[in-house]
Amino acid sequence: MMAWWESLSELARSTAVSTLWIIVVTVVLILSVAYLTLWERKLIGWMQVRRGPNRVRIFGFLPGMGQPFADVIKLLIKEIVVPSASNKVLFRIAPAITLIPAFAIWAVVPIAPGFAIANVDAGLLYVLSLTSVGVYGVILAGWASNSKYAFLGAMRSAAQIVAYEIAMGFALVGVLMASNSLNLGVVIEKQAGGFLSWNWFWLFPLFVVYFISGVAETNRAPFDVAEGESEIVAGFHVEYSGIGFALFFLAEYANMILIAALTAVFFFGGWQSPLNGYVAADSSLFQIPLLGPLLNDGTHWLAFKLFLFLCLFLWLRATFPRYRYDQIMRLGWKALIPVTIVWIFVEMLMAHYKIGPWSP
Amino acid sequence: MLVNILFYAFALVLLASAIGVIGSKNPVHSALCLVLTFFTAAAIWLLAQAEFLAIVLVLVYVGAVMVLFLFVVMMLDIDIEKIRSGFTRHFWLGIAVAIVLFLEIVGVVVARGLGANVDMKSGMAPVGAADSNATELGTALYTKYVYPFELAAVLLLVAIIAAIVLTMRQRKGLKVQDIGAQVATRREDRLRILQMPAEKKE
Repeated sequence: MMAWWESLSELARSTAVSTLWIIVVTVVLILSVAYLTLWERKLIGWMQVRRGPNRVRIFGFLPGMGQPFADVIKLLIKEIVVPSASNKVLFRIAPAITLIPAFAIWAVVPIAPGFAIANVDAGLLYVLSLTSVGVYGVILAGWASNSKYAFLGAMRSAAQIVAYEIAMGFALVGVLMASNSLNLGVVIEKQAGGFLSWNWFWLFPLFVVYFISGVAETNRAPFDVAEGESEIVAGFHVEYSGIGFALFFLAEYANMILIAALTAVFFFGGWQSPLNGYVAADSSLFQIPLLGPLLNDGTHWLAFKLFLFLCLFLWLRATFPRYRYDQIMRLGWKALIPVTIVWIFVEMLMAHYKIGPWSP
Repeated sequence: MLVNILFYAFALVLLASAIGVIGSKNPVHSALCLVLTFFTAAAIWLLAQAEFLAIVLVLVYVGAVMVLFLFVVMMLDIDIEKIRSGFTRHFWLGIAVAIVLFLEIVGVVVARGLGANVDMKSGMAPVGAADSNATELGTALYTKYVYPFELAAVLLLVAIIAAIVLTMRQRKGLKVQDIGAQVATRREDRLRILQMPAEKKE
């Protein structure tokens, strides 16, 4: 087995390893999406003093844990209705276009210390460019459905995403200035030194702007005017049924996980442990069996931070009413963008006087 | 070898989608073909190891410009027959422009050799001292070409402001929401509690 592996060319081996990693990450992501839908319903249920889904069990245990599978199977076996006056090809590929970027961006996210599937030098730009591609799925779905509600939803969503992308990009410019690199691995390593040296401390306004724009980019409440059911039924995916709708659903949750992960990477040190920097790397604390590795850097910290941000997403949804459309636009253009520009100037001063991340 | 196969595959897709841009009947399809053209062009640039330019092409053109373009095209009710009626008449002009453009590109690449840095045989972008594309471009832009760069930036800023000023006009009788006033509203401004004596049964 080893000899056969050694006999392969370098290209074939790296392709095989990358493919394996891609499959692992995709499967983990899809399972996370499935259980995120359940966790959302449970958490919001508890916040609203309800129980949430508690009927579908797995093998008679764990009430509610079978709910995602029940949902998926239901959606899979439903009839797919394609409107007769729609643009058939675009109607069918639109859900895929929303879904692909949400998964493709994971290629550059550093998922473990010093490891990403693709260690790209311009990783941050890759993230920005692919997040902006996701909007096409929404626009195409709205247009191809040939329905007024769907079209209105698509228009709202397009204007909103274009507006918030600018604030998001500017917030990342601040991260770039702090880390001096476009490589996400380097962005994380530059934050080393414990909880207070992570980017959120010195770039707090940018962190807030980034997270708010992230919520807006994923079309989540309170920014979910693209599917505002009280006005335009279900927005851009009103004509989708069965698995087509499920793909949009999957894309929305995959995007939430992605934004949570990116917030953790850009502002909360990614896989870094909050103790890292306060406790020496060779300290006896990290030598304790079981507990030691948990306290040290690792993928579990990324997962933990990601989970916290996902809960924040759900908390926002459970708490806030939907924004009015003109308020969304006002917030994006007149509040978030000026904040980022001002903070970039502040960073300029910090860099000049060697404060914070720029201290020698 | 692999790079060559990929190049020809992407080039074929690029040409096909470029023809689709001018050939398709539906303007939305044309715009989408243009998006595909940008994507494949970005892929070809990636093959030439110009990853910064490739990603920026997707970021700027696909992510922002084409979204707005599509937005407008979808909203407009374009009479495609009217536009296509001039197709044969302007066809020769188009061919002439294409030939001139092609000759200009060949002139720049071959005659000037892009500053004689391009290795015409391998066709790859030259790799400089820093291994990252972005670093090299940044260094060049902020040191050697800093004045042209800043001039371009100011020009763009002027263009943005000009676009806003040109389109902003105050129409009379327009109802605009003043959000500050909306937020500052107190209960007393909207609500009046009346004391009504209850009717007595006679």
